[in-house]
Amino acid sequence: MEFWSNPIKAAADWLTSIFTGWGMPASAANVVVSLIGVVALIVVVMVLDIMLVWLERKIVARFQDRLGPNRLGPFGLIQPFADIIKLLIKEDTTPAGADRVVYNIAPILAMMAVLLLWAVLPIAPILFGVDINVGALYIIAVGAIGTLAIITAGWASNNKYALLGAFRQVAVMISYEIPMVVAILIPTMLAGTMGINSIVEAQKVWYFWLAPLAAVLFLVSALAELGRAPFDLAEAESELIAGHHIEYSGMKFGMFYAAELLHAFTFGGFMAAFFFGGWRGPGVAQFPLLGLFWFLLKALIGYWVFGWIKYTMPRIRIDHMLALNWKFLVPVSFVLLMVVALMNSLLRGSDFYVIGMFLSNVAVGWGALEIVRASARRQRKEIEAPAQAASPQH
Amino acid sequence: MTALQIIFLITAGVILASAVMVVTTRNMIHAALWLIVTLFGAAVLFALLNAAFIAVVQVVVYIGAIAILFIFAVMLTRREMRDRGAQLNSGWWLSAVVAALTFGGLFFLLRGWNGFSTHAPDLSSGADAVQLLGQALVSPDAYVLPFEVASVLLLAALVGAVYVAFQKKGEE
Amino acid sequence: MHTEWLIIGLFLLVGAAVPGAAILTARIIAPRKPNPIKQSTYECGIETVGENWVQFKAQYYIFALVFLVFDVETVFLFPWAITLNVLPLFAVVEGIIFILILVAGLVYAWRKGMLEWA
Repeated sequence: MEFWSNPIKAAADWLTSIFTGWGMPASAANVVVSLIGVVALIVVVMVLDIMLVWLERKIVARFQDRLGPNRLGPFGLIQPFADIIKLLIKEDTTPAGADRVVYNIAPILAMMAVLLLWAVLPIAPILFGVDINVGALYIIAVGAIGTLAIITAGWASNNKYALLGAFRQVAVMISYEIPMVVAILIPTMLAGTMGINSIVEAQKVWYFWLAPLAAVLFLVSALAELGRAPFDLAEAESELIAGHHIEYSGMKFGMFYAAELLHAFTFGGFMAAFFFGGWRGPGVAQFPLLGLFWFLLKALIGYWVFGWIKYTMPRIRIDHMLALNWKFLVPVSFVLLMVVALMNSLLRGSDFYVIGMFLSNVAVGWGALEIVRASARRQRKEIEAPAQAASPQH
Repeated sequence: MTALQIIFLITAGVILASAVMVVTTRNMIHAALWLIVTLFGAAVLFALLNAAFIAVVQVVVYIGAIAILFIFAVMLTRREMRDRGAQLNSGWWLSAVVAALTFGGLFFLLRGWNGFSTHAPDLSSGADAVQLLGQALVSPDAYVLPFEVASVLLLAALVGAVYVAFQKKGEE
Repeated sequence: MHTEWLIIGLFLLVGAAVPGAAILTARIIAPRKPNPIKQSTYECGIETVGENWVQFKAQYYIFALVFLVFDVETVFLFPWAITLNVLPLFAVVEGIIFILILVAGLVYAWRKGMLEWA
């Protein structure tokens, strides 16, 4: 029972005792055990990434009313391994005039940015990288590295379409960081701490019930940050070929592609952690490792929702994307932040806390949509009125 | 030599080397990328000092916003990314002498200062630094006025940017 | 406290080593037969037209500038937000004043037409 209540710590202690038994000083043994833990987590994450390739193809197939890969292995499960082998043996051409060092660093940066996110994701109450007390801001910082990866990839390829795609993608990514940061600020404010595991622990009531509009904001801005549809203009084959990774082939392209899928899953995980209680679920108090199951379930549901949106909605144009952000999401997110802060301070501890917060969110959302609807009505009237005046039937 | 000192020396070396590369490299985008390395080194220094919040803010604001702004600015204004022309002009020996004299003067002045060897008071171990910072930012007898003035400063920056951009648009 | 940053540093190293190893493996296994046609820049299958330099819209810079101002603002809001559970209502009001000043700035930029893509 002692083992099951914290198997990770038991394993770490056992390894440390082996290393100090060999004569290593305690601090060095700790570093080595930490290194083993980090490598184990990253290996598991990479295997998860490989299975995500299969999952993505099955999801898109089902949405498009077909079967997806089903030839290699049972249910096509061996398919991703075949994909990896193909990518490994493909020739790696570097375009003429490309800036070699920067060209080679970009895919490594893209993957590194996603792997760094797993350092703060709370998978189970005892299983996470670190619970630094600035976890929420750390996510934004790592997002900055991802942005850098895209812009260096676009510039180093010596291809004007890559450059154009990279700039558009970076402009969209930095624009949508503002509503995402505000959407992260709201659970931070409700929990009173920035550490993500602490936010999960503070969720006696899921923050989705307390701030549903913040969850919707996070969903929309996360989709834009990930560069997934409907915000994937930079990768649209009919517009910019493949955006910043036009000139990449072989495993370098594999790194970009795997990084994108893993990034989507990681954001599904963050959505679960911030708004749906993370590893919380029945039975976690006795068996902390059960939290792993709940977390994976919630993250997979989040990933499925991302896929659902991607394979249902058409692509949005770049100027519409930016207008949506700066003229709708940013004002709504700031208004929501003020309303949630006020409601939280006023209603905290009273009986009407949950229902009051939920209704205030709904009110802000409804108000925002009404304002947009009124302005659209006004614009339509302006367009139709001169048209009617010029029409010959009048 | 503790491990912390070794890491500090490595980080300081990286910062200095990349700062030199920012100034001497001929390719403008490489200069921006070396600047990013320098800023990242500064974030590592903050982390070594246990200032977790400032370290992360350094990456978010400096690398995530300002460095990207630099890259955009370079690509907007420069038709050609390479710096042609000589790296040094004819008066370089004079500037080297002035720099050496300034360094010597600063070294002489600061040699007697005991601030280098006094230990800064440790935070009480139970305190959460970011909580303390937050409470200091809003309490009326701490920093609430600079907090509000900061927002006015940001508003001024935004208005200034709009004005300058408007001029450009007016010219087009 | 330092152990936390040590683990993040380890994540950085391993996170850079894993894709590096994958790419290195590909470099060892994959064939390498460069020729000038393979290495020419891709432009939808035709020869490249025009120079390799794109006239950069000034609008990107303006969006980055507005983003910078709001990024710094949200960074200020983080320490404010985590104190709201322990401080009385005046802390909320102070933060609301902060946010309102910057929302006024956003509205100003919007009305001046800085947020148009065209």
